[in-house]
Amino acid sequence: MAEFRATVRQRAGAPVIDLHGQIDRAADGPLTAAYAEAAGQGPGAIVLNFEGVDYINSTGIALIVGLLARARAERRAVGACGLSDHYREIFEITRLSDFMGIYADEDSAAGAPAAAGNTGRQP
Amino acid sequence: MRRRWSFRRSAEGDQPALVAAVEAAAGEPAVEAAPVEIAPNDPLVAYFQGATGPVDLDALDLDSPAVADLRAAGVRMVVPLVSQGELIGLLNLGPRRSEQEYSADDRKLLADLAGHAAPAVRVAQLVREQQAEIRERERIEGELEVARLIQQQFLPHELPELPGWQVAAYYQPARQVGGDFYDFLELPDGQLGIVVGDVTDKGVPAALVMATTHSILRAEAPRLVSPGEVLGRANDLLVTEMPAHMFVTCLYAVLDPASGRLRYANAGHNLPYLRTEDGVGELRATGMPLGLLPGMRYEEKEAALAPGDDLLLHSDGLAEAHSPERQMFGFPRLAKLTAEGKSGQELIDLLLLELAKFTGPGWEQEDDITLVTLRRSGAGPDAAALTEFELASEPGNERIAIERVAAAVGGLGLPPARLERLKTAVGEAVMNAIEHGNRNRPELPVGVRVATSGTELVVRVTDQGGDRPALQAERPDLEAKLAGEQSPRGWGLFLIESMVDELRTSADGRRHAVELVVRLEGAEDHG
Repeated sequence: MAEFRATVRQRAGAPVIDLHGQIDRAADGPLTAAYAEAAGQGPGAIVLNFEGVDYINSTGIALIVGLLARARAERRAVGACGLSDHYREIFEITRLSDFMGIYADEDSAAGAPAAAGNTGRQP
Repeated sequence: MRRRWSFRRSAEGDQPALVAAVEAAAGEPAVEAAPVEIAPNDPLVAYFQGATGPVDLDALDLDSPAVADLRAAGVRMVVPLVSQGELIGLLNLGPRRSEQEYSADDRKLLADLAGHAAPAVRVAQLVREQQAEIRERERIEGELEVARLIQQQFLPHELPELPGWQVAAYYQPARQVGGDFYDFLELPDGQLGIVVGDVTDKGVPAALVMATTHSILRAEAPRLVSPGEVLGRANDLLVTEMPAHMFVTCLYAVLDPASGRLRYANAGHNLPYLRTEDGVGELRATGMPLGLLPGMRYEEKEAALAPGDDLLLHSDGLAEAHSPERQMFGFPRLAKLTAEGKSGQELIDLLLLELAKFTGPGWEQEDDITLVTLRRSGAGPDAAALTEFELASEPGNERIAIERVAAAVGGLGLPPARLERLKTAVGEAVMNAIEHGNRNRPELPVGVRVATSGTELVVRVTDQGGDRPALQAERPDLEAKLAGEQSPRGWGLFLIESMVDELRTSADGRRHAVELVVRLEGAEDHG
């Protein structure tokens, strides 16, 4: 069971937050810090990369909702990539996917969220 | 002889009687004469009510026993004390000391005195009545408390755990403790006795009869097993002990969990509802209430509960509850709600919700409400328990539960997407058990049992929070959460419900359980 880590990577289009491990209660601090870092230079969009995530529980969903709420208040789009089929389903059931773009890979995510806007959803 | 007369108000019976008492005046030997009682229907009462001042008893021409009694007691003059149009007492006087007649001045003085005294006396009377009411209320409260204690003593402290069966119960006494009771009896050969009953009357006498009935059934049931015989025997024993005007209605059923066979007999109790694939039906069996007549026979009937069937046993308090318009909740409504397909605790919750809607706010519960539900879930005793374990209530242990359940169901060949959903549901259910049910107290165990009947996979998660209200699954409002109007949390139960085919919950006073049900046959993989 890997401890949660969140690291910020700048790339053209939008900064990427690489998420690793389990997103549960313990992810609160690192996730908040990573968002603050990524948002520091005022980008129009941020990408969450779930590639390294093996577990998200309801508390983790709540953290993502909190992050998304903050980004929306700051008029910043959020895109997600690297979700497994299961968590992609959960993002749909919870309707998180109505409010953040869900992308198959990082390249399309980094290129698209700003254009897709806050409510962007990939067909 | 000089006399000073006093009076008191007696509140015995429906109408107050006036009681005229006499005591010796100061300086005289303390001789107290017997009080003169004036019946409420004595014409003298009506006369005094309309009198405007002192009444000379000698000059009074009334056919009244009270007048004769007062005269005999030496009363010459009576001054009615009237407050706000109500006769509240009498000022009775004997002959004047000077042995002269009462003068006009005397009469005026007496009339003035009565005018001032009456309100003061009325206040004193009200204070005394109020004190008496308080004492009476305290006495009744004390009695209700005793009745409550007796009743609680005899209600089951936990629900039976039958693999493949879901048992849930609800019991809510009315403020005036009634005589409802229910019980579960362990019988030979793994059979389960189920009792639901109602003693007429309320308070301590009803509670005592309930206790007696409970003890008789507990003693006779294991010996006799046959429900009809058990009720017949209980009736004969109760007849000899039953206080007048009291009786007990009682439904007694014996379940064979292995086969789903239910034998039952009914001593005048509400008919249970059985919901099957074909709809809802009543389980009818005839029999007189217990404790009325000796030598009664009780018809014995039989029903079979198939997997997915639900049984509801209930007392009057629900079906006979009234709306503000004085309409009755009624049996047809109860049957219709039972037909909706909810089971166990969910059926109980549905019935209580509908009751609350029906009666409206501020309803004072009229009678005890007892509900017992029984559901055959399918993962019966023939079902293989794949694993069963307990975990300490420590954050993070839900991950252990997920891994162990996943390992246990490995041989079932669940499609990967369904397995992932089950894992998420198990994680959330165990987390709820740790945080909500057991309040993160590590010494309280979370139980996990995984069983399959071949058609269903059931993961049962139990915690020790059965005395607290269960969490309610509602669809979270994401817009409100994103707008900061709601906490971002609150996804757990919603996720569980979304991840499995059925979520069943049940609770007794101690344990709370959720069952995560995944259907195995014809299961499509939507993932």
